[in-house]
Amino acid sequence: MATVTLRNVRKSFGKTDVIHGVDLEIADGEFIVIVGPSGCGKSTLLRMVAGLETVTSGEVEIGGRLVNKVEPMDRDIAMVFQNYALYPHMTVFDNMAYGLKIAKVPKSEIEDRVATAAKLLQLEEYLKRRPRELSGGQRQRVAMGRAIVRKPAVFLFDEPLSNLDAKLRVQMRLEIKALQRELGVTALYVTHDQVEAMTLADRMVVMNGGVADQVGKPLDVYADPRTEFVAGFIGSPPTNFLDTALLPGLSTAPSLGIRPEHLQIEDQGRLTATVSFAEALGAETLIHCRVAGGRQVTVRQDALHHIPAEGESVQLNWADADAMFFDANGRRV
Amino acid sequence: MEKRVTFKGIWLPILLVLPQLVITVVFFFYPAGQAIWQSLFIPDPFGLSMQWVGLGNFEYLFSDPYYRASFVTTAVFSILVTVVSMGVALYLAVLADRLIKGSGVYRTLLIWPYAVAPAVAGVLWLFMFNTRVGVVAWYLGLLGYDWNHVLNEGEAMGLVVVASAWGRISYNFLFFLAGLQAIPKSVIEAAAIDGAHFWTRFRTIVFPLLSPTTFFLLVVNIIYAFFETFGVIHTITSGGPQQATTILVYKVFSDGFVGQDLGSSAAQSVVLLFLVSILTVVQFKFIERRVHY
Ligand SMILES: Nc1ncnc2c1ncn2[C@@H]1O[C@H](COP(=O)(O)OP(=O)(O)OP(=O)(O)O)[C@@H](O)[C@H]1O
Ligand SMILES: [Mg+2]
Repeated sequence: MATVTLRNVRKSFGKTDVIHGVDLEIADGEFIVIVGPSGCGKSTLLRMVAGLETVTSGEVEIGGRLVNKVEPMDRDIAMVFQNYALYPHMTVFDNMAYGLKIAKVPKSEIEDRVATAAKLLQLEEYLKRRPRELSGGQRQRVAMGRAIVRKPAVFLFDEPLSNLDAKLRVQMRLEIKALQRELGVTALYVTHDQVEAMTLADRMVVMNGGVADQVGKPLDVYADPRTEFVAGFIGSPPTNFLDTALLPGLSTAPSLGIRPEHLQIEDQGRLTATVSFAEALGAETLIHCRVAGGRQVTVRQDALHHIPAEGESVQLNWADADAMFFDANGRRV
Repeated sequence: MEKRVTFKGIWLPILLVLPQLVITVVFFFYPAGQAIWQSLFIPDPFGLSMQWVGLGNFEYLFSDPYYRASFVTTAVFSILVTVVSMGVALYLAVLADRLIKGSGVYRTLLIWPYAVAPAVAGVLWLFMFNTRVGVVAWYLGLLGYDWNHVLNEGEAMGLVVVASAWGRISYNFLFFLAGLQAIPKSVIEAAAIDGAHFWTRFRTIVFPLLSPTTFFLLVVNIIYAFFETFGVIHTITSGGPQQATTILVYKVFSDGFVGQDLGSSAAQSVVLLFLVSILTVVQFKFIERRVHY
């Protein structure tokens, strides 16, 4: 168990700057999720913590120790890779025992630890199998097992669930969370899936083009996004953005963001829209409309409400408190 | 399901495989058949008549101490060529695999020796080690070592091994490099995080994962050392000194063409035919059962 600290961490591959200075303080036992679109530098950041990439500038500390120059094996971390990276020629048992054997842990203790991990992950029946004889979910568990038997101070996950089907992903997500709670270990988890981020994170880091746009508790980030990017990335369906030129006298900022659930269709509203189509999802209905200037706007309403017909003209309204204004640089004002 | 191309008639497929069939029949089955036939006879010295001896040629062959010595020579030679060419190739492949920049240049340079014909390679090495004018021999002389592969059996063997292995390094290197690059990088990284240093990773992860490639190369290189090194041996030592480098293939040639003992030579060819069939069967069995990780 350990804290992890990043201080103005930067990374360049040759002349390309990929990470533009990230600061992050991770408390002992905290579950941090790094979320962002593809190519924003999430994996690179994680791999710098793991020691698999060098840090171009800045400092990485694990447990209060500067580890910039420390080899991965001496950082007291374990990593779960997206493709699991199991040793294909070894049995499940040997996969989990590999690190312990290298560390010259006594044989009886290795057997104990692997057995405990296998029990925890329901892998007991599969200990003699090779990775290719396992399903995707089971391989995922072996990768987790390999990480936990070593009792590392920090767990690193790089999109560990993205190769699983939707149902298994939900199940494994819960298992990972439960496991991390039980072991009380610090975790750094990379994903591009914002639902995973919202459900797993104690705090999440929203990355955008090599910069940590916002760090905070999932609901705080959701309720109070600091940038236009965060507002658009977190939340599904995404935040609606309107041109304030359509709404004279509202704000000098050029962009207005409103979440779909904060829009209402009323008799008297602030903005006129034409209904394109409606998606009734059961408990709720998503109504997609078009406003002047051609922007798409989504309204999320309770299933009990009346659903307007396609092509109908409606009035949209919202509470002032729910309006989020962004300046020309995408910063919240 | 595997998708197969199917032909309507029988004639087009036959036409398509015909060239290969003709070549195989003319250059393989016909000579092989002849060798087997001839191995059962002894021709008279003028080649006018043949006398049926059944397995007599074989009996004579295996009671010949020179022939049995040639088996040992072949074994020593093949093992050395295989070990040297594969060992060096693996070492270079591991180095090239670690390179990120400029590995293309190394690869291209390392492929060149493969393009050199065995006989030319033989001449090249012979020239360097020539006892009188060879540059390497001269330097060895300066160091106080009197190189003379014409008289010294060990040095002769060493020289043909090196000359034969040299051209093979390229070939083996390409396969090893491809094999190394097929190992997912994350597996190596996982091992590094698990605490394995370079050598441990190589021993416990890389080498085992490379074993299909290694086994394939082992068979291919043994076949090479058995059959395709004729040119090297012919140019460098002509099988000498005192038959120290006369491997089985070279003995077929020296007994048959030089010694004009066609019956024995044919019998030796049949023995070789038998050996290569065994190696081929081993290889096919292996490819069938090849483990795909
Ligand atoms: N070894 C490398 N050499 C050069 N550029 C690299 C290298 N690794 C990553 N990059 C670049 O750095 C950027 C960030 O890559 P990274 O893998 O961290 O993205 P990511 O956020 O993990 O994306 P994804 O969700 O697709 O995995 C990308 O633009 C990528 O092209
Ligand atoms: Mg990634």
